[in-house]
Amino acid sequence: MIRLHPTMLRGLVALTLIAAAALPLLAPNYYVQFASKAMLMGMVALSLNLVVGYGGLVSLCHAAFFGLAGYMLGFMTPESGGASFWLSLPVALLAVAVVAAIIGALSLRTRGIYFIMVTLAFGEMLFYLFHDTKIGGGSDGMYIYFKPEIALAGFPLIDLEKSSNFYWLVLAMLVGAILLMTAIVKSPFGHALQAARDNEKRALSLGFPVFRLRLVAFVVSAVIAGLAGYLSAAQFGFVAPQMLGWHLSATVLVMVVLGGMSSVLGPVIGAFALIGLEEILKSSFEHWKLIKGLIIIAIVFALPGGIRQLAELVLPRRGDEGPPAAGTPADGTPDPAIRRAEAPGTNPQAQTRGEFQHV
Amino acid sequence: MDALTFAVQLLNGLQYGLVLFLVASGLTLVFGILGVINLAHGAFYMLGAYLAWWIAAYTGSFMLALIGGVAISFVLGLLLEEIFVKRMIGRDHLAQVLLSFGLILVIDEVRQILFGKDVHSVAPPAWLKGSIQLTDILSYPVYRIALCVVCLVLAALIFFVIQRTRLGMIIRAGAENRDMTRALGIPFDKVNRYVFAGGIALAALGGILVSPISTVFPGMGDGMLILSFVVVVLGGIGSVAGAAIGALMIGLTDTFGKVFFPQFSSILIYVLMAGILLWRPNGLMGKGN
Amino acid sequence: MSEIMMEARSLHRRFGGLRAVSDVSLAIYRNEVHAVIGPNGAGKSTLINLLSGDIPVSEGEVRLGDREITGLKPNLRAMAGVGRSYQKTTIFMGSTVFENVRLAAQAKSGHALRMLGAVQHDDAVNEAARAAIVATGLQARSGTIARFMSHGEQRQLEIAMVLATDPKVILLDEPLAGMGQAEALRMIALIRSLKQDRGVLLVEHDMDAVFALADRLTVMADGKVIASGLPDDVRNHPAVRAAYLGDHEVAA
Repeated sequence: MIRLHPTMLRGLVALTLIAAAALPLLAPNYYVQFASKAMLMGMVALSLNLVVGYGGLVSLCHAAFFGLAGYMLGFMTPESGGASFWLSLPVALLAVAVVAAIIGALSLRTRGIYFIMVTLAFGEMLFYLFHDTKIGGGSDGMYIYFKPEIALAGFPLIDLEKSSNFYWLVLAMLVGAILLMTAIVKSPFGHALQAARDNEKRALSLGFPVFRLRLVAFVVSAVIAGLAGYLSAAQFGFVAPQMLGWHLSATVLVMVVLGGMSSVLGPVIGAFALIGLEEILKSSFEHWKLIKGLIIIAIVFALPGGIRQLAELVLPRRGDEGPPAAGTPADGTPDPAIRRAEAPGTNPQAQTRGEFQHV
Repeated sequence: MDALTFAVQLLNGLQYGLVLFLVASGLTLVFGILGVINLAHGAFYMLGAYLAWWIAAYTGSFMLALIGGVAISFVLGLLLEEIFVKRMIGRDHLAQVLLSFGLILVIDEVRQILFGKDVHSVAPPAWLKGSIQLTDILSYPVYRIALCVVCLVLAALIFFVIQRTRLGMIIRAGAENRDMTRALGIPFDKVNRYVFAGGIALAALGGILVSPISTVFPGMGDGMLILSFVVVVLGGIGSVAGAAIGALMIGLTDTFGKVFFPQFSSILIYVLMAGILLWRPNGLMGKGN
Repeated sequence: MSEIMMEARSLHRRFGGLRAVSDVSLAIYRNEVHAVIGPNGAGKSTLINLLSGDIPVSEGEVRLGDREITGLKPNLRAMAGVGRSYQKTTIFMGSTVFENVRLAAQAKSGHALRMLGAVQHDDAVNEAARAAIVATGLQARSGTIARFMSHGEQRQLEIAMVLATDPKVILLDEPLAGMGQAEALRMIALIRSLKQDRGVLLVEHDMDAVFALADRLTVMADGKVIASGLPDDVRNHPAVRAAYLGDHEVAA
């Protein structure tokens, strides 16, 4: 793992946040909207990683939760004005939570390849629900003419029609999601989930309720994806069945792997990278999808560790400054309960967690 | 619904199920033997159909399109196995999913470059054109009957190979316990290559066979992919018999579903799948139940 | 009379036509090691799996104290106080010794679904983990990643994890397998310490260890119990001598 000195890391984070917050004041509208879109995709990738990276389950229905929340906003937005943010968002997220609970409860009874295929099938079921029926305007989708209204006692608080306001809302939501995910991963729940990923038999035999753990992770990640979907629908003013399709699910999966599954931020970076890449490809090649496909294949063969693998070739490993305490958690802060273990005859560098263990 | 209409729908469901079985059996064998999840399976179904259209348009012969399409797909399968799939064996499912997704994008664009993205139809061979008159208003296309027959013959052939030949025995053993079979010194590389190429060819064959009765369009692979996945999940991975049962169930459900609940016929299939999985998480004939 | 910690009553397990375990009953008492021996295929591993819940019974009852637990899944049995080690070392290879044991202690604390508060700050859990590590003598390896330890140390770690769940009964499935002489002696001493206030079931092939540790002995063959009782009585049981120990004099 790339280890940065804690202070340097904090400095970098602060700088990034300031730059991100300042973007609408500096850049033209197109870039602001593009950044919003990228951040929302980052949120989806971040949420999927709870299930894939930390849970060890390859789910192919994630886009369905993204799209479902978007459609919920569409249902709740009247033709004449924006939907109430305070009402429509919780309702949309609740709908996603319920559907995710049902799909999760059924899918998590299966393992391995079956789980992948079952989630794929359920995702497609939701796709067909919106594609074949008239509920959401069929294959044409539906328009959302007004952004949600954030008001208090009739007074508008934030006007989301202004793209800078919308951007800051998305930024705040993304930061919130990152903080939430970080807390979850470090919590007893997060550790239990990863234990179940690393050795399900042992986790069960210790007493962990593995099914329940995974179901909760599944639902939580779905809700975060739903939040991103709600905001995406608000941004584009349009929802279509493609937002639920498995191609999108698979693309998000690529983002997760590209950015790195062993950290909270990795998938967000992966999302930015892939979307940026797509933009460049789209404007350069007519058959950009071909290149995208080839890049994905290349990632699988050459870069299974994602961008981190690339970066590690360039940036110094923490190991060069002396080994970190073995068992140091991912964010670099040493665990005060652990003493450094330097038993004679052992190689500290080899022993410490210098690389992510899960592809 | 009168008896005759019912019979017609039954035949349709059967025919649909048989084609589904053809495609799904290829998928379940690749899963079971190579242990590789191949999302691109549907793309080959689509590719087969486009190949058939192109060859038929070029040569005017459906039979040539059939033979040519299958042959090209088989060779393509051999190549892909050698270049990509071989390296995917033993790797985690995530890598396999991503690889096959990448392949789909590539195949889709290649098809677009070579054949465009127009919708086509293919004419059935002259000797199979026309319909059989059942009543003065109802007639049933000869081609569909021929299709059922061909699929049944192929199904019987597949079963024969699986159950009665040495290759089939290796395949069954491999599906049962891959590592053990490998340890027995069987030339698995060869078996893998032919099973994969065969699976691809079956998918393409499915696409070719349906091209005269269903439109050839860019998105046809996706639908077939999901359905064959459902069939495999229903029937149990690696089980050809399971795929047969699953395919027939899906085929009949879908056909009758479209008659009675046109808007919900697709969803009905997933409800069926969910129900079966609740009862048997590893599929009807899956091991580990 | 010592308290019965865990009991199997007329356990049967069939796999299709194969009877892996037939009418097996035994009791694990407090402060005792109950060893189960028998040739390969005798059904010993199946028996342990039935007791831990990894395999469901075809017939029969499993009791923990006075509570029937036959239908409980492995994780619920663990919460009730059943701990087990596996024939094939089942630990978290990528985590350190401390993290492994802390996970076990955390499972016991019952807070598995809590999403607030980093694990590092739970003092009770940390303390329980430390205690288990000390009890198994792994203090010096506390920060080492499990993957890089010797086979014997990994086995020790597995036992530390079981200890951290504060079990009433410990099921050990061939804990000495693959161990060298020195490691085996350490493990035997460790197992002996485990029976304090607990019941221990020991499935083993290593006869030295069995006779050094067993307070009670059960011999299985072909899925059935052919003798059960105090080690000396069992040793001299004609059926056992015939079926398993052979006609040689067994060293006392």
